[in-house]
Amino acid sequence: MKHLGTRSEAVFATLLTAAVLAMLPATAFAGDAAWLPKLSRGQGDACVADTDWMRRNHMTALMHQRDDTVRDGMRDKRFSLKGCVDCHAVEGADGKPVTAASPRHFCRSCHDFAAVRMDCFECHASRPDTKTGATGGLLPARPPFIDTAFRAQETGRPKQ
Amino acid sequence: MSCGSKGDKACGSGHGCACKTSARADDFDASRRAFLRGSAATAITTLAVGVTLYSFSAAPAAARAPGDKVNPKTRWGLLIDASKCGDGCNACVTACQTENGWGDTGHPETDAQWIRKLTVRNPKNGASFSLPMMCQHCADAPCVDVCPTGASFKRADGIVLVDKHTCIGCRYCMMACPYKARSFVHEPVTDQKPHAPRGKGTVESCTLCVHRVDEGRLPACVEACSDTAGGAMLFGDLNDPTSEISKRVATYRTMRIRADLGTNPGVYYRNI
Repeated sequence: MKHLGTRSEAVFATLLTAAVLAMLPATAFAGDAAWLPKLSRGQGDACVADTDWMRRNHMTALMHQRDDTVRDGMRDKRFSLKGCVDCHAVEGADGKPVTAASPRHFCRSCHDFAAVRMDCFECHASRPDTKTGATGGLLPARPPFIDTAFRAQETGRPKQ
Repeated sequence: MSCGSKGDKACGSGHGCACKTSARADDFDASRRAFLRGSAATAITTLAVGVTLYSFSAAPAAARAPGDKVNPKTRWGLLIDASKCGDGCNACVTACQTENGWGDTGHPETDAQWIRKLTVRNPKNGASFSLPMMCQHCADAPCVDVCPTGASFKRADGIVLVDKHTCIGCRYCMMACPYKARSFVHEPVTDQKPHAPRGKGTVESCTLCVHRVDEGRLPACVEACSDTAGGAMLFGDLNDPTSEISKRVATYRTMRIRADLGTNPGVYYRNI
């Protein structure tokens, strides 16, 4: 029963999709459709892998590389997130690369379109390191202070 | 950690799993799709697998290609001479902040602190000395023992790190660390350094500048101390008997802080 139900649901879904597609105006499929995300091409001649492959598997590649890098120190640049960010940087109005806060950001422009939330940039830098900016809210260093707990431990110093 | 592939045999270790099976299947799907679309079937560009040897002339780290795993025979450590550490000097702390992008955000109670300067004073005679305190990169690290998710881990070359991908921010490691070396990130962070990801809800600490060490460079604090301050810090491989740090540890009387706890720290101090 369950199998039959699944099959009939699939048939229904296919028919429904066909009906919806038939109702869409033909212009929706024009090559320069405005509703498609506009992605920056990135630098260089080609991506680290074929574009079709990257569209489907970039998340797996990144997930795999992250463990290799963090755990085993393998810093092969092929599938590094830093590599993506460096190559696909989009220049903003101020001349600096935009962060993921901007809808024009390479990753975000497509993820917004696909309605897939990405967590990467809660920790990772979403733009290349700009020597002039990007100091992460640094203020002057705190002065040295005496750590009372540590001082208590130090009373038992070894005999000279 | 899951690769999402059915035929994956290499999974199960918790990390470092190989996703080759699923990747191959996807290669096939992508090329078939390209063929069906009527465009020329695009072969996946396979980067030539070659061994590249990198040599670092004046570097303390052993030569290692970027794609190689860390060398488990190595154990990175520090030797800090407190007699050369200036009382008011903060060069190592400032260098660490600049390198890794942490600092004062106006919340002194909760701000992250990867390295700090301590002044230790004998209350009886007033004698004091100063020393930097950071993650001691213990061989038997309590933070690694207590971590419920395996996020707190020791790399094969002895560097103790937090894998923020799996850190749930429980802060058990902060409780376990006898050196108060770890911090919790309470505020949202923006504009991080590309080589030092930091985010709200995770624990962090000194990484011994792992990104620099992997390139064969010195940690930022050591570099700053030798450039602008007293040159109190020495970085090197404790397992290599010919390294400068090993020779000095073998020659002089050094000590490790709270060695009685048996954590076997990788940071040695002199003149404390």
